[in-house]
Amino acid sequence: MTLSPANEALAAEIISWFPRSRSALIPLLHLAQEQDGYLTDDAMRHIGELVGATPAEVKGTAGFYEMFRFEPVGTYMINVCTNISCLLWGGEELLHHAAESLGVEVGGTTDDGMITLEEAECIAACTEAPCLQVNYRYRGRVTHDDFDRLVDDLRASRLDIPRHGALSAVRQSIPAERLAGVIPPEQAREAPVWLGRNDVEVAG
Amino acid sequence: MEITVDGVAVQATPGEMLIEACERSGTYIPRFCYHSRMSPVGMCRMCLVEVDTGRGFALQPSCMVPVSEGMKVSTESEVTKKAQDGVLEFLLINHPLDCPVCDKGGECPLQDQTMAYGPGETRFVEEKRHFAKPIAISETVYLDRERCILCDRCTRFADEVAGDALIQFMGRGNHTEVNTFPDEPFASYFSGNTVQICPVGALTAAPYRFKARPWDLTETLSTAWVDSVGARVAVQASRNRVLRVLGADADAVNWGWLTDKERFGFEALNSAERLTAPMLRDAAGGGVSEWQEAGWGEALDRIAGAVGAVPPERVAVLGGARLTNEAQYMWAKLAKGVIGTDNVDAQLGDGLDPAVVLGLPRATIDDACRPGGTVVLIGPDPKEELGTLYLRLRHGIVNDGVKLIEVTPCETGLSHLAQHSLRPRPGTAAQLVSALVAAAVGDGFEAGSTGVDRSEIEAAAQCLAEADDGVTAVLGRASLAEGAEVVEAAAMELSALPSVRFLPALRRGNVMGALEAGLAPELLPGRVRLDGVEDEGSLAEAWPRRPAAAGLDAASVLRAAARGDIDVLVLVGADPLNDFIDRDLAYRGLRGASLVAAVDMFLNDSATLAAEIVLAAAGPTECDGTFTNLEGRVSPMSRKVTPPGTSRPDWMIAADLAERLKPGSTEGLDSPQAIRAELARVSSVHSSLTEQALQENPVEGVLLAGAGATGKAGGWRRSGRPTMGRSPVGRTEPATGPAGREDLPEPPPDGAFLLVATRTMYDDGTMLRHCPSSQGLAPAASARINPADLDRSSLGEGAAVRVVSDFGHIEATLTADRGVPAGSLRVHWLAPGSPANSLIAAGTDVTAVEVEAR
Repeated sequence: MTLSPANEALAAEIISWFPRSRSALIPLLHLAQEQDGYLTDDAMRHIGELVGATPAEVKGTAGFYEMFRFEPVGTYMINVCTNISCLLWGGEELLHHAAESLGVEVGGTTDDGMITLEEAECIAACTEAPCLQVNYRYRGRVTHDDFDRLVDDLRASRLDIPRHGALSAVRQSIPAERLAGVIPPEQAREAPVWLGRNDVEVAG
Repeated sequence: MEITVDGVAVQATPGEMLIEACERSGTYIPRFCYHSRMSPVGMCRMCLVEVDTGRGFALQPSCMVPVSEGMKVSTESEVTKKAQDGVLEFLLINHPLDCPVCDKGGECPLQDQTMAYGPGETRFVEEKRHFAKPIAISETVYLDRERCILCDRCTRFADEVAGDALIQFMGRGNHTEVNTFPDEPFASYFSGNTVQICPVGALTAAPYRFKARPWDLTETLSTAWVDSVGARVAVQASRNRVLRVLGADADAVNWGWLTDKERFGFEALNSAERLTAPMLRDAAGGGVSEWQEAGWGEALDRIAGAVGAVPPERVAVLGGARLTNEAQYMWAKLAKGVIGTDNVDAQLGDGLDPAVVLGLPRATIDDACRPGGTVVLIGPDPKEELGTLYLRLRHGIVNDGVKLIEVTPCETGLSHLAQHSLRPRPGTAAQLVSALVAAAVGDGFEAGSTGVDRSEIEAAAQCLAEADDGVTAVLGRASLAEGAEVVEAAAMELSALPSVRFLPALRRGNVMGALEAGLAPELLPGRVRLDGVEDEGSLAEAWPRRPAAAGLDAASVLRAAARGDIDVLVLVGADPLNDFIDRDLAYRGLRGASLVAAVDMFLNDSATLAAEIVLAAAGPTECDGTFTNLEGRVSPMSRKVTPPGTSRPDWMIAADLAERLKPGSTEGLDSPQAIRAELARVSSVHSSLTEQALQENPVEGVLLAGAGATGKAGGWRRSGRPTMGRSPVGRTEPATGPAGREDLPEPPPDGAFLLVATRTMYDDGTMLRHCPSSQGLAPAASARINPADLDRSSLGEGAAVRVVSDFGHIEATLTADRGVPAGSLRVHWLAPGSPANSLIAAGTDVTAVEVEAR
């Protein structure tokens, strides 16, 4: 699916923030992933047109980043760490339990399209081993029961975790006159006026 | 600047990379990713050497380190050797080592450098990574990702050099692979270059896959023949069959790059359809008999008999741009010096007046691409017609600040890089250039009704005025639906600028050689006019006679033939039915001539239609000779294999005919060298073309007199301006001086379009038809109009339509194309099944067409 008209308008704005339109490539990929949950070929083609890159360049860039997905994934993506600390604390067993209880292979998605299970390398939370991420939100010291409860809560939408790909519940809006922008060198000695103030507007 | 390489003091140029400085001084540093024609990336780490810039020796990638004064380099230290060994061991971890079944085996840098610098044994016992074995990333190029060492050469070439970034690294780390986007193949005109520069066997090309082993190949340096850039090539053959063509790096010409047509075009020469012997048939009484193979003596006698029986002016020779310089000279001598006819034309109405091409001050490719220069393109899309010139121009624009001003009827492959793209309405290029020049020199100008805004002209003129280093004009036929006079008049206008030089962008292979050799009406070898007096002596000595009167160009020859005024029409590698701009006239001319004889490698459509005698000619790679490229640079074409059957080199055919018509006229001319010597004797232009000069410049070739900024101006230029127009039958009046504004072609009436006919890299030409790797690459016939025009039309995108002019019609698919200005309609020349020359009449400046549903 290509970018929706609303997202295309947003894309145009994002592109305008950068001196070179190609610099907007990764923000636009996020936008596309938010829209569809993963990067569709059509969206990558569309983004290529918007920023002046070939589809191959778009996919090549996106492919460098693990968090861009090229195949459909579940609403929730669970990454179970099996690196050394977690391994010692039962991460491997947790992964096996997860696969068994969800009824999927590691890397697969449940039939209802809710949950994708993946194995992760160290996610830098060794003190909380064994740990996992749900749409990149951390859960530490996860027991098998914790995991089952987590899945139940996810299926029942009891948790405040947006679906995979969602960027942020709150969009930032900064009035043009308050944008930091690029400071001309001759003015660089003074800090921007809004720095150090705590009344910066963040509207939803 | 002095650096020390392994203890030896070496001179280096500031700014160059260490790897280059070392190589020039005789120390080869192993490398995979570094390529001297592309920017360094330091991907492979193979070129690590110890470098000391005052802080002690440390390992540095020599492809990324610019030389600096006093730098010390150690390429053979223990540390360096250990680094090379380690890099190779890592590169080989995932390499399948399938050398016995790999095409690259025997010429593989990875193989060679592992032997020279690498570990003898592997320590890697784990499973290597696996990919699906070769995947086709385009019609001709196959990718075996297991073999790939991720050097970034192919992807860099596609992005930096060709500008077709259709292959990229995908994934990361251990999973990185080169690939295309799904369903977007590497459909680049230049894809074959990636195969040549791949340092392993990851990329292979279909025409050479599993055909030979490198050690079975022998090679010779030659020149590509498919277009007039004259890219240098290495022709490689095994067992008397050409198997591969590689680009040779001529700094002045192609930088080692080739188009796929140049690279794979040799396949046509190996075609089973090649003519292998002369063939005869009887065309008397309307019907034709079957072709019969004949002996050379019989066939040549029949032509000589027919020619000898009629007055010289009733004989005509068309074509010759495919030939070597030597063969061209022999055909010129045969036609003009032995038969005595001046009805000779190597261009088929798709070129320019030789007076313009040879008379205007000439530029080389290097002149056009010099850093900071300004180029005016009044001609064809270089990407489609002159691929290697496109790569050079693109490099100049992208890297060296060359400014491009386009004056073309449609978008070209360089439009997105051009500073200014002016799109004059078909037929009005001269008026636009006149306005442009006037604005550039500060005179008042009228924007006129060329369809280009005044502000656009002023902006481009400003750019032109700032070009204090001179301007190079790339001059040719952008649209074959526009008369040559339009382009010639535009060139005249532009020549009013001080220090402007011209790079002719004529397309046919050795067309410049043909013009220099005199294969054009009113022209003798060496840019001497038929009525000129220069060099009377040596030419009179070598040639038994001269034509009594000025002859006809291709259009006039065909008109005369259609009237019955031509008895013998000889087609030398010419296919007027497909190549002449007016199909109907070509048909009538071929039918009207009493005897049509063809000298060719294939039985082309024209010969099939009308010829009674066909002589089998040897092709490129089958005979020796030289080639003159669009700059006027002469380089050798070399024989590598024997011609099929009894086919003969073209020069020999001309000599055989000349001997039959005038015994003794070709005495001593028994080899290309001997012919070259006579050419250098009779033509002052060719006087620099000595065997010694050719041997001393085996790669770059020799510039003819009058070529390039360093040469003197053409000897044929008079009173500041070349003489224009020859006044043969039917030719429009000579366009001298600024073209009158009142005779601007009218904008088309509502619903009609002005036709623009542009060539594409691949079309339905005879050679490409017989070339397996270009099968299916010719774009299907489309009628391309501006989206705004399409919106107004009652027909939709993709509609099957008939494009109709006053002279004929073709069938095509209606297509929206933003590159076509409103009011114009673009068709591809010689699209399969839809020859655009059906729409055009010779002698008309513009062609109006209408589109109707079918």
